[in-house]
Amino acid sequence: MSRIWGWVVAFGRFWYDFIIGDDWTVAAAVFIGLILTGILNANHIVGWWLMPIIVVVITGVSVQRTSARR
Amino acid sequence: MISTSLLPVLITTFLASAVEATEMVTIVVGVGATRGWRSTIIGAVSGFGVLAVIVVVLGAALSRIPIGPLRLVVGFLLLVFGLQWFRKGITRVAARGLAGMPGQDPHETAEQWTGPGIDWTAWLLSFKGVLLEGLEVAFIVVSFGAGANNYGVAIIGGASAIVIFLGIGFVVHRSVRRIPRSFLQLIVGTLLTSFGTFWSVEGLGVDWPASDGTIVALLILYVATALTYITLLRRRAPRLREAA
Repeated sequence: MSRIWGWVVAFGRFWYDFIIGDDWTVAAAVFIGLILTGILNANHIVGWWLMPIIVVVITGVSVQRTSARR
Repeated sequence: MISTSLLPVLITTFLASAVEATEMVTIVVGVGATRGWRSTIIGAVSGFGVLAVIVVVLGAALSRIPIGPLRLVVGFLLLVFGLQWFRKGITRVAARGLAGMPGQDPHETAEQWTGPGIDWTAWLLSFKGVLLEGLEVAFIVVSFGAGANNYGVAIIGGASAIVIFLGIGFVVHRSVRRIPRSFLQLIVGTLLTSFGTFWSVEGLGVDWPASDGTIVALLILYVATALTYITLLRRRAPRLREAA
Protein backbone atom coordinates (compact mmCIF):
# COMPACT_ATOMS: atom_id res chain seq x y z
CA MET A 1 0.00 0.00 0.00
CA SER A 2 2.78 2.40 0.97
CA ARG A 3 4.56 1.56 -2.29
CA ILE A 4 1.47 2.48 -4.34
CA TRP A 5 1.11 5.68 -2.28
CA GLY A 6 4.77 6.43 -3.02
CA TRP A 7 4.11 6.13 -6.76
CA VAL A 8 1.06 8.40 -6.49
CA VAL A 9 3.12 11.00 -4.61
CA ALA A 10 5.99 10.73 -7.14
CA PHE A 11 3.51 11.03 -10.04
CA GLY A 12 1.93 14.13 -8.47
CA ARG A 13 5.33 15.65 -7.72
CA PHE A 14 6.46 15.08 -11.31
CA TRP A 15 3.48 16.96 -12.73
CA TYR A 16 3.83 19.71 -10.09
CA ASP A 17 7.49 20.24 -11.04
CA PHE A 18 6.67 20.05 -14.76
CA ILE A 19 3.82 22.57 -14.71
CA ILE A 20 4.38 24.77 -11.65
CA GLY A 21 8.16 24.52 -11.13
CA ASP A 22 9.76 27.11 -8.87
CA ASP A 23 7.32 29.97 -9.64
CA TRP A 24 3.58 29.23 -9.61
CA THR A 25 2.71 32.72 -10.89
CA VAL A 26 4.14 31.86 -14.33
CA ALA A 27 1.87 28.83 -14.80
CA ALA A 28 -1.09 30.84 -13.44
CA ALA A 29 -0.39 33.71 -15.88
CA VAL A 30 -0.21 31.28 -18.82
CA PHE A 31 -3.44 29.57 -17.72
CA ILE A 32 -5.32 32.88 -17.30
CA GLY A 33 -3.87 34.19 -20.58
CA LEU A 34 -5.18 31.18 -22.49
CA ILE A 35 -8.63 31.56 -20.91
CA LEU A 36 -8.72 35.25 -21.90
CA THR A 37 -7.53 34.40 -25.44
CA GLY A 38 -10.30 31.81 -25.69
CA ILE A 39 -12.88 34.38 -24.50
CA LEU A 40 -11.65 36.94 -27.06
CA ASN A 41 -11.80 34.33 -29.82
CA ALA A 42 -15.30 33.21 -28.80
CA ASN A 43 -16.43 36.84 -29.14
CA HIS A 44 -14.82 37.15 -32.60
CA ILE A 45 -12.13 39.53 -31.32
CA VAL A 46 -8.59 39.02 -32.63
CA GLY A 47 -6.68 37.53 -29.69
CA TRP A 48 -3.37 36.07 -30.97
CA TRP A 49 -1.37 39.04 -29.60
CA LEU A 50 -2.28 38.43 -25.95
CA MET A 51 -0.15 35.34 -25.12
CA PRO A 52 3.16 36.71 -26.49
CA ILE A 53 2.66 39.85 -24.37
CA ILE A 54 1.87 37.78 -21.26
CA VAL A 55 4.96 35.61 -21.85
CA VAL A 56 7.24 38.67 -22.19
CA VAL A 57 5.79 40.41 -19.11
CA ILE A 58 5.62 37.39 -16.77
CA THR A 59 9.19 36.40 -17.74
CA GLY A 60 10.42 39.86 -16.74
CA VAL A 61 8.49 39.81 -13.45
CA SER A 62 9.70 36.31 -12.56
CA VAL A 63 13.34 36.93 -13.53
CA GLN A 64 13.33 40.19 -11.55
CA ARG A 65 11.90 38.42 -8.49
CA THR A 66 14.46 35.59 -8.73
CA SER A 67 17.39 38.01 -8.97
CA ALA A 68 16.03 40.14 -6.09
CA ARG A 69 15.83 37.00 -3.91
CA ARG A 70 19.54 36.40 -4.49
CA MET B 1 8.77 6.31 -61.41
CA ILE B 2 6.40 9.10 -60.32
CA SER B 3 4.44 10.70 -63.14
CA THR B 4 4.82 14.45 -63.66
CA SER B 5 1.19 15.04 -62.68
CA LEU B 6 1.91 13.63 -59.20
CA LEU B 7 5.20 15.51 -58.75
CA PRO B 8 3.51 18.66 -57.36
CA VAL B 9 1.72 16.43 -54.78
CA LEU B 10 5.05 14.87 -53.77
CA ILE B 11 6.84 18.24 -53.48
CA THR B 12 3.97 19.94 -51.64
CA THR B 13 3.58 17.06 -49.18
CA PHE B 14 7.35 16.98 -48.61
CA LEU B 15 7.62 20.73 -48.00
CA ALA B 16 4.54 20.89 -45.73
CA SER B 17 5.79 17.86 -43.78
CA ALA B 18 9.31 19.33 -43.62
CA VAL B 19 8.00 22.24 -41.53
CA GLU B 20 6.51 19.82 -38.97
CA ALA B 21 9.56 17.51 -39.12
CA THR B 22 11.87 20.47 -38.40
CA GLU B 23 9.84 21.31 -35.28
CA MET B 24 9.91 17.65 -34.18
CA VAL B 25 13.69 17.28 -34.62
CA THR B 26 14.37 20.67 -32.98
CA ILE B 27 12.55 19.59 -29.81
CA VAL B 28 14.17 16.13 -29.67
CA VAL B 29 17.73 17.41 -30.29
CA GLY B 30 17.28 20.34 -27.88
CA VAL B 31 15.89 18.20 -25.06
CA GLY B 32 18.43 15.43 -25.67
CA ALA B 33 21.37 17.84 -25.55
CA THR B 34 20.08 19.51 -22.39
CA ARG B 35 18.68 16.60 -20.33
CA GLY B 36 20.53 13.60 -21.79
CA TRP B 37 19.93 11.35 -24.78
CA ARG B 38 18.76 8.01 -23.36
CA SER B 39 15.34 9.04 -22.04
CA THR B 40 14.87 11.52 -24.91
CA ILE B 41 15.38 8.78 -27.51
CA ILE B 42 13.10 6.38 -25.60
CA GLY B 43 10.46 9.16 -25.56
CA ALA B 44 10.86 9.74 -29.31
CA VAL B 45 10.64 6.01 -30.07
CA SER B 46 7.53 5.75 -27.83
CA GLY B 47 6.01 8.70 -29.71
CA PHE B 48 6.66 7.02 -33.07
CA GLY B 49 5.22 3.77 -31.69
CA VAL B 50 1.95 5.38 -30.56
CA LEU B 51 1.82 7.32 -33.83
CA ALA B 52 2.24 4.11 -35.86
CA VAL B 53 -0.60 2.42 -33.94
CA ILE B 54 -2.90 5.45 -34.47
CA VAL B 55 -2.07 5.61 -38.19
CA VAL B 56 -2.53 1.85 -38.73
CA VAL B 57 -5.80 1.69 -36.75
CA LEU B 58 -7.42 4.84 -38.15
CA GLY B 59 -5.90 5.05 -41.64
CA ALA B 60 -7.70 7.65 -43.74
CA ALA B 61 -10.15 8.28 -40.85
CA LEU B 62 -7.22 10.02 -39.11
CA SER B 63 -8.49 13.43 -40.22
CA ARG B 64 -11.44 13.02 -37.80
CA ILE B 65 -9.18 13.24 -34.73
CA PRO B 66 -9.78 16.63 -33.03
CA ILE B 67 -6.27 18.11 -33.34
CA GLY B 68 -7.31 21.41 -31.67
CA PRO B 69 -7.60 20.09 -28.06
CA LEU B 70 -4.38 18.07 -28.52
CA ARG B 71 -2.53 21.21 -29.69
CA LEU B 72 -3.93 23.16 -26.73
CA VAL B 73 -2.82 20.59 -24.11
CA VAL B 74 0.61 19.93 -25.67
CA GLY B 75 1.13 23.65 -26.28
CA PHE B 76 0.21 24.55 -22.69
CA LEU B 77 2.60 21.92 -21.25
CA LEU B 78 5.44 22.96 -23.57
CA LEU B 79 4.84 26.62 -22.76
CA VAL B 80 4.83 26.30 -18.94
CA PHE B 81 7.87 23.98 -18.99
CA GLY B 82 9.68 26.00 -21.70
CA LEU B 83 9.21 29.16 -19.62
CA GLN B 84 11.03 27.49 -16.69
CA TRP B 85 14.12 26.89 -18.86
CA PHE B 86 13.71 30.29 -20.56
CA ARG B 87 13.78 32.09 -17.19
CA LYS B 88 16.64 29.97 -15.77
CA GLY B 89 18.60 30.42 -19.01
CA ILE B 90 18.22 34.22 -18.81
CA THR B 91 19.31 34.30 -15.15
CA ARG B 92 22.28 31.97 -15.68
CA VAL B 93 23.55 33.61 -18.88
CA ALA B 94 23.19 37.02 -17.18
CA ALA B 95 25.25 35.70 -14.25
CA ARG B 96 27.94 33.75 -16.09
CA GLY B 97 27.76 34.87 -19.71
CA LEU B 98 28.54 32.32 -22.41
CA ALA B 99 31.63 31.07 -20.59
CA GLY B 100 31.98 27.58 -19.22
CA MET B 101 32.54 24.69 -21.55
CA PRO B 102 31.09 21.28 -20.65
CA GLY B 103 32.83 19.68 -17.69
CA GLN B 104 34.15 22.93 -16.25
CA ASP B 105 31.07 24.42 -14.68
CA PRO B 106 29.49 22.90 -11.55
CA HIS B 107 26.09 24.50 -12.40
CA GLU B 108 25.83 23.19 -15.93
CA THR B 109 24.88 19.63 -15.04
CA ALA B 110 21.97 20.82 -12.88
CA GLU B 111 19.43 19.94 -15.60
CA GLN B 112 21.14 16.69 -16.66
CA TRP B 113 19.49 13.51 -15.46
CA THR B 114 21.93 11.37 -13.47
CA GLY B 115 19.49 8.89 -11.87
CA PRO B 116 19.36 5.19 -12.73
CA GLY B 117 15.87 5.09 -14.29
CA ILE B 118 14.02 7.07 -16.93
CA ASP B 119 14.12 10.88 -16.89
CA TRP B 120 10.36 11.33 -17.32
CA THR B 121 10.68 15.06 -18.10
CA ALA B 122 12.92 14.36 -21.12
CA TRP B 123 10.75 11.37 -22.08
CA LEU B 124 7.52 13.41 -21.98
CA LEU B 125 8.89 16.42 -23.89
CA SER B 126 10.30 14.19 -26.60
CA PHE B 127 7.21 11.94 -26.73
CA LYS B 128 4.80 14.89 -27.06
CA GLY B 129 6.92 16.59 -29.72
CA VAL B 130 7.13 13.46 -31.86
CA LEU B 131 3.46 12.48 -31.38
CA LEU B 132 1.99 15.91 -32.13
CA GLU B 133 4.27 16.72 -35.06
CA GLY B 134 4.00 13.17 -36.37
CA LEU B 135 0.20 13.45 -36.27
CA GLU B 136 0.39 16.74 -38.16
CA VAL B 137 2.55 15.07 -40.84
CA ALA B 138 0.00 12.24 -40.98
CA PHE B 139 -2.84 14.79 -41.43
CA ILE B 140 -0.90 16.47 -44.25
CA VAL B 141 -0.34 13.09 -45.93
CA VAL B 142 -4.03 12.14 -45.61
CA SER B 143 -5.21 15.57 -46.86
CA PHE B 144 -2.90 15.74 -49.88
CA GLY B 145 -3.27 12.02 -50.58
CA ALA B 146 -7.07 12.26 -50.60
CA GLY B 147 -6.95 15.44 -52.71
CA ALA B 148 -4.75 13.79 -55.35
CA ASN B 149 -6.45 10.40 -54.91
CA ASN B 150 -2.99 8.87 -54.47
CA TYR B 151 -1.89 8.10 -50.92
CA GLY B 152 1.36 6.40 -52.06
CA VAL B 153 2.99 9.59 -53.34
CA ALA B 154 1.79 11.59 -50.31
CA ILE B 155 3.20 8.95 -47.93
CA ILE B 156 6.58 9.06 -49.74
CA GLY B 157 6.62 12.88 -49.42
CA GLY B 158 5.75 12.86 -45.70
CA ALA B 159 7.98 9.94 -44.72
CA SER B 160 11.00 11.26 -46.66
CA ALA B 161 10.68 14.65 -44.89
CA ILE B 162 10.78 12.93 -41.48
CA VAL B 163 13.70 10.64 -42.45
CA ILE B 164 15.77 13.49 -43.96
CA PHE B 165 15.27 15.85 -41.00
CA LEU B 166 15.92 13.09 -38.46
CA GLY B 167 19.20 12.46 -40.34
CA ILE B 168 20.07 16.17 -40.14
CA GLY B 169 19.28 16.08 -36.39
CA PHE B 170 21.58 13.06 -35.95
CA VAL B 171 24.41 14.86 -37.79
CA VAL B 172 24.13 18.11 -35.81
CA HIS B 173 23.57 16.61 -32.34
CA ARG B 174 27.33 16.29 -31.63
CA SER B 175 27.85 19.99 -32.41
CA VAL B 176 24.99 20.91 -30.07
CA ARG B 177 26.82 19.10 -27.22
CA ARG B 178 29.67 21.65 -27.42
CA ILE B 179 27.38 24.57 -26.56
CA PRO B 180 27.74 25.72 -22.91
CA ARG B 181 24.90 24.23 -20.84
CA SER B 182 23.42 27.51 -19.52
CA PHE B 183 23.33 28.97 -23.04
CA LEU B 184 21.85 25.74 -24.42
CA GLN B 185 19.15 25.86 -21.74
CA LEU B 186 18.29 29.40 -22.89
CA ILE B 187 18.16 28.31 -26.55
CA VAL B 188 15.95 25.26 -25.88
CA GLY B 189 13.79 27.27 -23.46
CA THR B 190 13.27 29.90 -26.18
CA LEU B 191 12.33 27.21 -28.73
CA LEU B 192 9.91 25.40 -26.38
CA THR B 193 8.32 28.72 -25.35
CA SER B 194 7.85 29.69 -29.01
CA PHE B 195 6.33 26.34 -30.03
CA GLY B 196 4.23 26.26 -26.84
CA THR B 197 2.82 29.75 -27.46
CA PHE B 198 2.05 28.92 -31.08
CA TRP B 199 0.35 25.56 -30.47
CA SER B 200 -1.63 26.53 -27.36
CA VAL B 201 -3.14 29.61 -29.04
CA GLU B 202 -3.74 27.70 -32.29
CA GLY B 203 -5.38 24.94 -30.23
CA LEU B 204 -7.97 27.50 -29.07
CA GLY B 205 -8.98 27.96 -32.70
CA VAL B 206 -7.19 31.30 -33.08
CA ASP B 207 -5.54 31.96 -36.47
CA TRP B 208 -2.01 33.34 -36.36
CA PRO B 209 -1.34 36.14 -38.90
CA ALA B 210 1.38 34.26 -40.82
CA SER B 211 0.35 30.66 -40.08
CA ASP B 212 3.45 28.48 -39.30
CA GLY B 213 5.69 31.44 -40.22
CA THR B 214 4.58 33.07 -36.96
CA ILE B 215 6.87 30.65 -35.08
CA VAL B 216 9.86 32.54 -36.54
CA ALA B 217 8.34 35.87 -35.43
CA LEU B 218 7.79 34.45 -31.91
CA LEU B 219 11.40 33.22 -31.83
CA ILE B 220 12.66 36.69 -32.77
CA LEU B 221 10.43 38.31 -30.11
CA TYR B 222 11.59 35.93 -27.37
CA VAL B 223 15.28 36.20 -28.35
CA ALA B 224 14.93 40.00 -28.15
CA THR B 225 13.18 39.60 -24.78
CA ALA B 226 15.97 37.37 -23.44
CA LEU B 227 18.70 39.77 -24.63
CA THR B 228 16.88 42.73 -23.05
CA TYR B 229 16.45 41.02 -19.66
CA ILE B 230 20.04 39.67 -19.70
CA THR B 231 21.35 43.20 -20.36
CA LEU B 232 19.16 44.67 -17.59
CA LEU B 233 20.19 41.99 -15.08
CA ARG B 234 23.89 42.40 -15.85
CA ARG B 235 23.67 46.18 -15.42
CA ARG B 236 21.55 46.05 -12.29
CA ALA B 237 23.14 43.26 -10.31
CA PRO B 238 26.84 42.60 -10.93
CA ARG B 239 26.85 40.57 -7.70
CA LEU B 240 24.55 38.06 -9.38
CA ARG B 241 27.65 36.48 -10.98
CA GLU B 242 28.90 35.31 -7.61
CA ALA B 243 25.42 34.31 -6.43
CA ALA B 244 24.44 32.11 -9.42
